[in-house]
Amino acid sequence: MATLLAPEDFSPGEDAMALNKAFEGWGTDEKTIIWILGHRNADQRKQIRLAYQEIYLEDLIKKLKYELSGDFERAVCHWILDPVEREAVLAYEAIIKNYRPDYRVILETALTKSAEELLTVKRTYQFLYKRSLEEDVASHTAGDMRKFLVAVVSVYRYEGEEIEEEVAHSEANILGDEIQGGGGSGGGCGGGALKGAEEIIRILSTRSKPQLLATFNYYKQIHGTSITKSLGGDPADEFSAALRAAIQCIKNPKRYLQKVVSHSMNRVGTEEDALSRVIVTRAEKDLKEMKDVYLEKTGRSLDDAVASETTGDYKAFLLTLLGNQDYF
Amino acid sequence: MAERKKTTILVIGGKKLNKEGEKIMTSPEECEALRKAFSGTHGVEEKSMLEILVKCNPADLTTFRKKSPYIFLDDECCFEKWDPFHMKSLEIEFLRFQRAVIQQTMHPWERDALLVRKSLEEKPPLYNLLIELACTRTSDEFLGARKAFQCLYSESVEEFVAVRVEGFQRRLLVALVSTYRYEGMRIDEAAIELECQKLGRAIKTDKKNEIENDDEVLRILTTRSKHYLKTIHKCYKKNYDSNLDEDLDDIQMLRDTVNCLCAPPIYFSKILVAAMSVCPTEQEKEALTRVIVTRTDVDMKDIAEEFNRKFGAPLIERIEATALGNYRDFLVALVKRGMAN
Repeated sequence: MATLLAPEDFSPGEDAMALNKAFEGWGTDEKTIIWILGHRNADQRKQIRLAYQEIYLEDLIKKLKYELSGDFERAVCHWILDPVEREAVLAYEAIIKNYRPDYRVILETALTKSAEELLTVKRTYQFLYKRSLEEDVASHTAGDMRKFLVAVVSVYRYEGEEIEEEVAHSEANILGDEIQGGGGSGGGCGGGALKGAEEIIRILSTRSKPQLLATFNYYKQIHGTSITKSLGGDPADEFSAALRAAIQCIKNPKRYLQKVVSHSMNRVGTEEDALSRVIVTRAEKDLKEMKDVYLEKTGRSLDDAVASETTGDYKAFLLTLLGNQDYF
Repeated sequence: MAERKKTTILVIGGKKLNKEGEKIMTSPEECEALRKAFSGTHGVEEKSMLEILVKCNPADLTTFRKKSPYIFLDDECCFEKWDPFHMKSLEIEFLRFQRAVIQQTMHPWERDALLVRKSLEEKPPLYNLLIELACTRTSDEFLGARKAFQCLYSESVEEFVAVRVEGFQRRLLVALVSTYRYEGMRIDEAAIELECQKLGRAIKTDKKNEIENDDEVLRILTTRSKHYLKTIHKCYKKNYDSNLDEDLDDIQMLRDTVNCLCAPPIYFSKILVAAMSVCPTEQEKEALTRVIVTRTDVDMKDIAEEFNRKFGAPLIERIEATALGNYRDFLVALVKRGMAN
């Protein structure tokens, strides 16, 4: 369920005018911006953008980029986009903007969606950037990471519920061979280099999700440990980390995203991009369930965590999206 | 417009007798026409069968059998036996028109999904067919085929292909069937120059298995848009004074990939030449139907021009000389319509 609270009645024209008033003068009235935009759903935001363009002959997003700054600006400018457009923009930024592409964003984009949803994101990406998502991912990555990420964003996965038990069993064994090959057999802390990557990439990037879940179950039965544990926890091995992230995301997307959020607030300093991304992309979908998972796993409410780890307008905006009415 | 030669039917006046003294109704010319009707490599001549065969009384048929040693075996048995091999061939040739009609009427997505399935279920596998399907269709056309494949077989094309090939073939074929290429015309000139050089370096200096393992060659061919690749092809010609596809001659799959993406008529004309050659395999023959049926409304004119250039005779003429009956007429009509488009 969504955490966003948006009124049924609203006037896009009035909102556009109120926003423009917030931009006027010396500073910017961030509270008004948060109050309005933080309480509008995708359709309403689209209408506001159109109204603003009509009345002021200016792109609202450009204006926001100009008037706001920092993490707050990035969060608001992502939030105001149409959800599909936002996914394409986030993917683009993840690939192009940094020195190294953020594989987690690419995996989230590809694996938290249905095949049709991913296809729509890819079409939007092509419309916006005049290139395919596949070619941009490919030209900014290398080696096994490239093979894996390109395969995962390209696939049009079968969405049926059927499972072939024999195939799941045999592929669990194949995965075991590739993963355990580093040194010695048996599970435990793994951590050794993968013996190979071809089969693990094939299985993870082509099989349907129900089929993969069956395979992961068999893996645990056969090897006595979960596949993610076998892949080890060496943070320097980015490829293994990407495989683990993909498997966790396939197994339980909500739990995976909750982990991303926890992680983002776990270190010295907060990883605002990751925190914003999850809250902004899920506020209209299932952030409520994610809050429940967060509470269950950490013993703390997500609202409290965000309130203590972030500050200022950025904090106010995130809490608004989380469904807080009274934080101002 | 070339006129199709009609089979001449001689009217037999009066009674004719064979050496056994039995009445015969057909002339030697008609016998010959009938033999030809039964012996086609591309279809059967239904008209001859309808007009001549129906006139044959038992004596005629005996003469026909005795005078057709390639169709009927005259061995120790005291009768002329149908050659089982020829009978089997005839079954296939009778069905050729039927299969063309079914392909023509089928939804393109279903047709391509069935062809994808067939490409890897045949022994030996038909990799060029899979490359053809993935590379000559638009992104949305092939996506439709992928959806149809899932409906028909309850699995994705990606998993079907990936599990049946390995190594270089898997890296190439899975990437080709998965990618959803940008179909627009926007290109980055600087990137093209750079990637053209990468390709040139790899192709001109590396050995075959090194090219196959070259991640950059694979990346460029399996992710870039068709317009982008056509521009690279031109750039390559300018820089190295040779054609990219010809330089990849050692690696047939890469050569087919480049042709299918950059110049489908070249690829298709090659297939047509093989289909109508002296001794084509059944796979090569089936390609005749497939190419005509699938390309009539796309680029038949270009294919016909390329065929003429390659083979030295017009496509329609070659079809008329090679195929028989309804099958021939069907193909010729489609080609004519395609060329008028």
